[in-house]
Amino acid sequence: MSGILNSTIGRKFAMALSAFFLMIFLIIHVSINFTSVFSKDLFNELSHFMGTNPLIQGLMQPILVIGVIFHFVMGFILEFQNKKARNIKYASNKAGANSTWISRNMLFSGIVILAFLGLHFYDFWVHEMTVKYIDGDMSGLVDPANADSGFRYYEELREKFVSPARVGIYALAFVFLALHLLHGFNSSFQSIGQNNKYTKALKSVSKVYSIGIPALFIFIAIYHHFTH
Amino acid sequence: MSVFDAKTPDGPLAEKWTNHKNKINLVNPANKRLIDVIIVGTGLAGGSAAATLAELGYNVKAFCFQDSPRRAHSIAAQGGINAAKNYQGDGDSTYRLFYDTVKGGDYRSREENVYRLAEVSTNIIDQCVAQGVPFAREYGGLLDNRSFGGVLVSRTFYAKGQTGQQLLLGAYAAMNRQIARGKIKMYTRHEMLDVVIVDGKARGIIARNLVTGEIERHSAHAVVLGTGGYGNAFYLSTYAMGSNVTAAWKAHKRGAYFANPCYTQIHPTCIPVSGDHQSKLTLMSESLRNDGRIWVPKHKEDVQAIREGRLKPTQIPEENRDYYLERRYPAFGNLVPRDVASRAAKERCDAGYGVNQTGEAVYLDFAAAIERYGKEQAHVKGLDENNKELVQQLGKEVVSNKYGNLFQMYEKIVDQNPYETPMMIYPAVHYTMGGLWCDYNLMTTVPGLYAIGEANFSDHGANRLGASALMQGLADGYFVLPYTIGDYLADDIRTGPISTESPEFEAAEKNVRDQIDRLINSNGNKSVDHFHKRLGKIMWNKCGMSRNAEDLASAITEIRELREEFWKDVKVPGTATEYNEELAKAGRVADFLELGELFAKDALERNESCGGHFREEYQTPEGEALRDKKYQYVSAWEYVGDPSKAKHHKEQLEYHNIEVKERSYK
Amino acid sequence: MNLTLKIWRQKNAQDAGKIVDYSLTGVSPDMSFLEMLDVLNQQLIDKGEEPIAFDHDCREGICGTCSLYINGRAHGPDTKITACQLHMRSFKDGDTIYIEPWRAKAFPVIKDLIVDRTSFDRIQQAGGFISVNTSGNTQDANAIPIKKENADKAFDAATCIGCGACVASCKNSSAMLFVSAKVSQFALLPQGQVEATDRVLNMVKQMDEEGFGNCTNTGACEVECPKGISLENIARMNREYLKASLKA
Repeated sequence: MSGILNSTIGRKFAMALSAFFLMIFLIIHVSINFTSVFSKDLFNELSHFMGTNPLIQGLMQPILVIGVIFHFVMGFILEFQNKKARNIKYASNKAGANSTWISRNMLFSGIVILAFLGLHFYDFWVHEMTVKYIDGDMSGLVDPANADSGFRYYEELREKFVSPARVGIYALAFVFLALHLLHGFNSSFQSIGQNNKYTKALKSVSKVYSIGIPALFIFIAIYHHFTH
Repeated sequence: MSVFDAKTPDGPLAEKWTNHKNKINLVNPANKRLIDVIIVGTGLAGGSAAATLAELGYNVKAFCFQDSPRRAHSIAAQGGINAAKNYQGDGDSTYRLFYDTVKGGDYRSREENVYRLAEVSTNIIDQCVAQGVPFAREYGGLLDNRSFGGVLVSRTFYAKGQTGQQLLLGAYAAMNRQIARGKIKMYTRHEMLDVVIVDGKARGIIARNLVTGEIERHSAHAVVLGTGGYGNAFYLSTYAMGSNVTAAWKAHKRGAYFANPCYTQIHPTCIPVSGDHQSKLTLMSESLRNDGRIWVPKHKEDVQAIREGRLKPTQIPEENRDYYLERRYPAFGNLVPRDVASRAAKERCDAGYGVNQTGEAVYLDFAAAIERYGKEQAHVKGLDENNKELVQQLGKEVVSNKYGNLFQMYEKIVDQNPYETPMMIYPAVHYTMGGLWCDYNLMTTVPGLYAIGEANFSDHGANRLGASALMQGLADGYFVLPYTIGDYLADDIRTGPISTESPEFEAAEKNVRDQIDRLINSNGNKSVDHFHKRLGKIMWNKCGMSRNAEDLASAITEIRELREEFWKDVKVPGTATEYNEELAKAGRVADFLELGELFAKDALERNESCGGHFREEYQTPEGEALRDKKYQYVSAWEYVGDPSKAKHHKEQLEYHNIEVKERSYK
Repeated sequence: MNLTLKIWRQKNAQDAGKIVDYSLTGVSPDMSFLEMLDVLNQQLIDKGEEPIAFDHDCREGICGTCSLYINGRAHGPDTKITACQLHMRSFKDGDTIYIEPWRAKAFPVIKDLIVDRTSFDRIQQAGGFISVNTSGNTQDANAIPIKKENADKAFDAATCIGCGACVASCKNSSAMLFVSAKVSQFALLPQGQVEATDRVLNMVKQMDEEGFGNCTNTGACEVECPKGISLENIARMNREYLKASLKA
């Protein structure tokens, strides 16, 4: 088992595992976000739970951060090695005849998603971390001094989607996430060795997931933008 | 050379091989480490021999001109491999396989060798299955068989239309295991250009590294040639572009007798020639004759209309078709042996019934098979057997499962869909039964020089049956040579390494360098292919499917003249110290130009018709081959300075266990 | 028909190499692609120039020797065939055709369009075999029945001709399809089980050492493979590898 990351298949396997983790995370994330569309209170409750539960914060959050970083770093390493494996390029190459643009440009869609994550971290996560762990305010209230002021999460969310430019960037980033997932979802299953009679069905699931999840994120953003 | 003894063992036929193995010398395992063996060629014979000798402990050096041993032309064999397993319970036995092979070879093969071949055939299947060769299987999980030309049982094991590929990859895998162990040293992109004889024994080779052009000396205690056949003398053939006679021919020039060079197999089911640009011909497996029916139109008007494109073959009604094989040979029908089927096609085409522009094509029709299978499937599935469309669809599925890759290959080349319209086929040069003479131990007339597989002459007589080439290649390499070579090498355990610094190596290298210099410096103005094509035309027209004394005599003169012209006028671009395919080709064609003459000389000497050798002067009133008891011998030719001066030796063939009679498939 | 050919010329492994233009007239649609190159070479020889070196042997799509990247695709525009089976009817009068060698660090160019694919052989030597000696008393071939489905799948994997089109068309120059074909063949057969663990670990290790890229599941190899070797084989190899890693 040792040194599995030194082999091409081991690296692909690790890449797929981190992808599965991130894909599950996306489901949880979008589910919680979606509650904001129909129930401010539920959204606030859930956000507060996620933001303050020690298990989530102390264990799951670091794993998530490591997962994201691992997925990106490994993605770059693989791409670097792959570029090295062909030292002279073809003068004429019709890659489009045998593979999708998406599958060949996972690095590109990945970088766009990474850039967006930067923004996202700046928007939500850095803010959250500052409030909770630097300012020491774990109450989650709009006004920590006033217990009746209510949770701040919903309002903060609404605030972010006021700017049309931000909503535009947000939407675009999720389009790239959809592209990334359209290849990545099935690719992960292939990497862990699942290609069998269920693969055809899985491809349909993949389409629903890869388009559905980002679409929901975009819907949430647009919903808040127009109902503000 | 005084050595001209077949060394066949005594005793009853069925016990000869066992007795022989019990009596011959062995080399003990510790001593095998001290012995080097060179194997040239890595096809089924060479590859399997290399792997097995290395397993036994010999140090093997293997050579191939291809970039990998996996690419030897054995890989292109399609239909299957025979073995007397009798899994189908249809009465097969070692004797019956032996009988069929001797009869198929028109009583011109050595009885003892053929019996041994039939005997070890079953071991081959066991060995290959153990190696992971994925033969076709039935639903019960057991091995499937099919039937081939010239026999009345189903004994052919197969892997779709890629049996040769699967068997070769099996031998290649066995070689790889030994290469990894360091017991085989593999030299790819190397061509053997001479064999080195020291004190009357084969002790090494001179090889050219095809990438760098370097001339290398390699020594060993024995040299094995598994270098295939020489059908490319005809230029157009189903052989690979690189297949050549050079190794065998150089061995011949160093003292190995060349046996029966005129025995050539012309395979009946190949894709016809399309034009002058043609570089090679493609075989459609003989297995197609299990289901395809061969015919030409009965009436010349229809032939004319087809050639002019006014009529489609499918529009010709049943009663106006001439299923000439079924007509002439009711017992075997479309499954007559190859030589018979080829000549019958030529007879119809010569009579003016050829169905393409060149007049050299007949139909191979699957319509009947599609309907038969379709009805069968409809019945099995409980569907309407009278629904024509459904029957067609089901039938095509069955045919596609059996021959899908062949049909696809045909469509890619000819641009016609063989499911809808009959295939067009015509005979093409496919295999050479002749080759280096060897004794029962597979040793040539040069001590320590062995010939195995298609490169030797021993097992197929004047005509090889389908699915027997793979059997022979693997029998020689896996199960015969590894035993018999020990008998010779047992005397070499004290010899020690062979030096490559001897005057003999010096002289052989000089010989090779001289020829290369001559080719590179010949400031002619015609390409190598130019001469090769012209040689091919002479061979095909005068030494092809049917021969006569007059043509053969003129072929000898023409080939001789062409050879002289070649050495004056050939142009080889580039240098000798780089990758230079033209130079490699030039050397091969130079040897074909010598072999061609001996070929014609041999055909002229044999005043009879037998198997693939058909002399127009010797035929029955019905046009069948007319054998002559007087020629019941192997012609083994000794080189004495020039092909025309080759000295004729005869090995009388005696049949004690089989009655020699007229070969009839009627 | 008349064609413009843009062909990679490179004198030897050390030479830098470049694309050279040739024009060729009177090409017949019935010619195979390699016969078209034969015609060009004949003209070059007649003019006293060096012919274009390209690998080829059986010319019937089974030996795996030919290895041309034609107009941006391995073995040319048609699928499920090798370059030698490609016919000129796939092109039209006036076409410009790029002809390049396989491009991969693990396949260095020897001359012009010829590359060195011995890395494939070395991968096979690392474990692409079942260790069984030739004895003449191996158990009977029918002693172990094999499910037809598995035997057929093993055969399909085993039809790989080792041409390298998978590597050539993969954007990563990955050899996964090639390696997985052999691993799958043996993984599907009872005879292959004994050495399964070592086989997959050693072959993958050798593959990595040869400098092939990583598989990113683009599926290009499957599309361009002249024998239609399925991606299922790669998944199977991934499985076998993970299983083997856990055992080792």
